[in-house]
Order: sequence, then structure tokens, then C-alpha cells
Amino acid sequence: MARAAIRGRLSWTLGDVVEVIDETPRVRSIVLDVPEWPGHRAGQHVDVRLTAEDGYQAQRSYSIASAPEDERLSLTVEGLPDGEVSSYLVGELRAGDKLELRGPVGGYFVWESGMGGPLLLVAGGSGVVPLMSMLRHRRASVGSVGARLVYSSRSLEDVIYRDELERLASAEGGPEILHTLTRSQPPGWTGYARRVDADMLRETAWPASSMPSAFVCGPTPFVESVAAALVLLGYPPTSVKTERFGPTGG
Amino acid sequence: MAYVSRGFHGKRAKEREDARVPPGQYLTEDFPVLSAGPTPYTPLTDWSFTIETEAGQELKRWSWEAFRALPSEEVRVDISCVTKWTKLDTVWEGVAIDTLLEGIEHGATHAMAFSDGDYTTNVPLEDLLDGKAWVAFGYDGSPLEPEHGGPARLLVPHLYFWKSAKWVRGLRLMDHDEPGFWESYGYHIYGDPWREQRYAGD
Repeated sequence: MARAAIRGRLSWTLGDVVEVIDETPRVRSIVLDVPEWPGHRAGQHVDVRLTAEDGYQAQRSYSIASAPEDERLSLTVEGLPDGEVSSYLVGELRAGDKLELRGPVGGYFVWESGMGGPLLLVAGGSGVVPLMSMLRHRRASVGSVGARLVYSSRSLEDVIYRDELERLASAEGGPEILHTLTRSQPPGWTGYARRVDADMLRETAWPASSMPSAFVCGPTPFVESVAAALVLLGYPPTSVKTERFGPTGG
Repeated sequence: MAYVSRGFHGKRAKEREDARVPPGQYLTEDFPVLSAGPTPYTPLTDWSFTIETEAGQELKRWSWEAFRALPSEEVRVDISCVTKWTKLDTVWEGVAIDTLLEGIEHGATHAMAFSDGDYTTNVPLEDLLDGKAWVAFGYDGSPLEPEHGGPARLLVPHLYFWKSAKWVRGLRLMDHDEPGFWESYGYHIYGDPWREQRYAGD
């Protein structure tokens, strides 16, 4: 097991919001200029802290969407109905504001080009965010291994990064991207139209014999069933890394 | 000084008033799940709990049957996850670590809990003794579900919840401290929520 390098305390730092991008009706990307950003690896997250005028503070963790190579740091946040922090980030924050951050955090759910094995990414909803960081990192790397993304969304309108994913997939050496739309499908939809299950993974996942690295991110029931199915298909449990978010992600 | 976020007022009055919520945490009624890999499903017939030395020498070992025959107790505690949620008044059934270490002679100061799925976490021994920690097999009146660490998990409620190792299979007694799984990835070596020890150096 890789040991992380010893490092000093993670300090809070301020980023300048340079742009907000509406990805879907409920999901927004926040593009930040963070002068003191120490750099990150694809798959890591940051803590975000909001402070009210009376001193009250709230913190949450969000996955990093940008690649380590990107000039700016971007986070993609899904607004949750009762989400104290997410509703502020998606509804109130705008270009010109500042945002307090601390990170990067986490070092296990991480992919770096050169880690070997083909890459299998399985995303449920906004679980695609850290996986997008990996795909963006892969695009910026030379001679990368094959990559497949199996991405479950409720409807076509809920697909985050739709245009960019299409561009990535059609580029030479780009990843294979398979969408499934679980609730509604547009007329003429030829992709999958059900939850990710063992049969779908049998058809789409790299065979275990090719020694793939799998990253699974989404809500808990999604991650539980996908990870169990991959183990059933012969993936060694240590080759399946999971990250989960739930309705209380805030 | 923290930067005041324009237009942020904060909604959750409860966290401001409740002295039981550690700094930087918010309250949840749910029971979120976090783990680094697939949930292991070890059959109870293959399950055992082992106390061992640092060199891996077995000091004591219980089968599931023998473990469940040990005296257990109901515990009502608040739990806090480093990912910021806190859940109050959770009710568990478990065997106290005091019971498991009873009669074992050792000079250890720390323990490394080890689990199915290669997970480990380090805890000072004094944080496991005197009724401060359990191996829990029941939650809210039912057997502990696999996604929450069943058949049995460590329960060390006064530390961040990653210390409460899911799918725990034993304790390795050590005469020094050493980082476990998340501790090797930048999380705090001790993890006291009241001192907000989330990451190394906090």
C-alpha cells in the first residue's frame, strides 16, 4: 500500500471565483483561481467553508473536477434540496466572490496515468465529478491506457459535462463512454435505459483478466451494487475503489 | 480571520445551539455510508476475532459463536464522521474491549485494528479501555448490516468514525503508534472531533 508523503498541516486558503457554469438545472461548476493551491491528483476532494456575518460556519467536502494539469481549480456541485452549503454554492455564489478552501484531501480514490491497467469508471449522477478529473487528466497525458466510463443519469438533461464527454469520446484515443438513462429517455435513444446492473457491467466492463483499475462513485445503493457486481465478475476487491455520497452530503 | 461569505446566512439553527455537535459538523438523521472499496461478505462460519502481538502471534481468538457468548451491553452514543456529519443517540449492542483484553498480559500502548478488505486503523490502547470502545454487532435493535460494517465493527465513538473500523477481525497490540489506512493518506493520527483533528497536523 502506497504511503503518502509526510506533509505539513492543510491550511485554509482563499480562491477567487472566476466563473460559474450551469451544467444541468441542479448542478453547477465553480471555476476558481487559487493562488496558493499546492496541486492535486485526479480523484481528490477539498473542504469548503462558508462563514456568515455572525461568525457561524459550515463546512462540506466536494470533489475536484479539474485535472491536475488545468490552470484553474474547478469543483462541480449538485444542489441538494435542504443543502445548507450546496444550495449557496449552486444558487448564490457568483464570479467575483471568494471561496474558502482547504485541500487537497484523500489519496486512495486517485488515478494517475502510469498506474497501469485499463481504467473502468462507473458513475451515478454527480458521482461523475472525480471521474471527470481522471478523464481530463488522461486527456492531458501521453500514451494513456484504455478507459471506459459507464455513466448513469436520470435523464439526458441530467447528464453533467455532456458536450465535453462527447468531445472526449470522439477524439483519437478518447475514452469509450456508455450512458444509461434510468428515468426518461429522448425519442430514438439507443443507449441503456435501466440502472447499472451485473449484466450491463458484463457487457461493458473490461474483463478482469486485463487487470483493470475500477473507480466507482455515486450514491450508496449505486456504489454497493456496482462494486458487488464487479467483484462477482472477478475483479479483485482491492482493484475496485469506491467513493460515496448520500442525501445528507449537504 | 475567516472570510465572510457574501450572502451566506446559514440555515441550521440546531447546530448552533446543540453543545453535543463538535466544531465543523452538521447533524443528520440518516446514517451515511463511507468505505474505500467493495463491502466484504464474510460468512459467520469463517469469521473470527483475534487479539495478536505485533509479530502476528495469536494471543486469543473467538469464533462467531464464542464471541457472541461473551457478555455484551447496549450503548447509546453520538458519532461524528470526518466528512462532517454527526448523528446523535445511536444505539449499539457490543462487547467491550475491556472484556476482550481481560486476562491477556501485554505491555502494549497502542492497537492496530484490522478488518476484512485490508482496512486498518490505529488507536491508543487507553482510548479502547475503561468502557470507551466496543466490538459492536447490533445497531438499533437489529444485526449490524454489512454496509455499516456487519457482522461486527469497532466502535470508538469519541473519535472520528473512521477509527470505528468496519468488518473488524482483530486487534494487533503494539508498543508504539503507527498510522493505519486513512492515517497514511493524510488523515489525523488520533482524530478527536472536539479538537477538529481531521487531517495530519490539525
